[in-house]
Amino acid sequence: MIELRTMNHPVVRLRSEMDRLFENVMANTGLNRSLNAFGRRNFPAINVWEDEKNLFAEAEVPGIGMEKLEVLVAGDELTIKGEHRSSDDKEATYHRRERGIGRFERTVQLPCDVNAEKVEASLRDGVLLVTLAKADAVLPRRIEVKS
Amino acid sequence: MATNTLEKTTGAEMTHEEAPCCGKLFQPNVDIIEVGNELKLLVDMPGVSSDSIEVGFENGTLSVHGRVKPRDCEQQKYLMREYDIGDFHRNFEIGETIDAAGICAEYADGVLTLRLPKVEAIKPRKITVTAK
Repeated sequence: MIELRTMNHPVVRLRSEMDRLFENVMANTGLNRSLNAFGRRNFPAINVWEDEKNLFAEAEVPGIGMEKLEVLVAGDELTIKGEHRSSDDKEATYHRRERGIGRFERTVQLPCDVNAEKVEASLRDGVLLVTLAKADAVLPRRIEVKS
Repeated sequence: MATNTLEKTTGAEMTHEEAPCCGKLFQPNVDIIEVGNELKLLVDMPGVSSDSIEVGFENGTLSVHGRVKPRDCEQQKYLMREYDIGDFHRNFEIGETIDAAGICAEYADGVLTLRLPKVEAIKPRKITVTAK
């Protein structure tokens, strides 16, 4: 079994609780919620789940083509970076602007090491799915019991 | 806040009164841009396929609904969960006079683009008074 050392560590838990608390406060003040409590962009939001051999990371990145997206993996860290498409209309008047602008970069710590050679990313309808093979060292090994 | 009101981490609060048909409902982020003689709406609806988007325009209200096929199963155990998956819905009150027949919609890369052509303002007509 993989030890979720990062997620379950009390300091990390406290930190994410604090983040959530601040996010709620910010949300109620009507400020831009793509910024977290420290004014840092928290884009894109990421979901992570696993099966026996792989970790899956999914992010919603509407409007960003594959050519503007970069997925990097180093050890147990996954980085997603890219750039929002800017409007090419020079004479445009914005009545409402809620979608993201400019460059973004986000790094998350994965719950275990992954094999950087075996990472696949696919983009469909603005949803990025990154499939990361777990590192051999963390895969469960069957141990023969000798009688 | 209504019971069907849900927030997406990256989205905003739902304000409309319609009840969702199933599951969760989110308000998509939108840019409204006026370019020349048209209004352009860019609506973020990731995970929706183009055949499950409904756009309606009635009495100056534009409504957009995008159905999202569930991508996760009930048993899926998340190690990290920052957003929820559900349908997108939002209504817009359009103040301008719009040529409803000329509205066109395109969907690509998770973004719905709506183009609403404005009806040209009726030019003030000068009425000449003729003397008898």
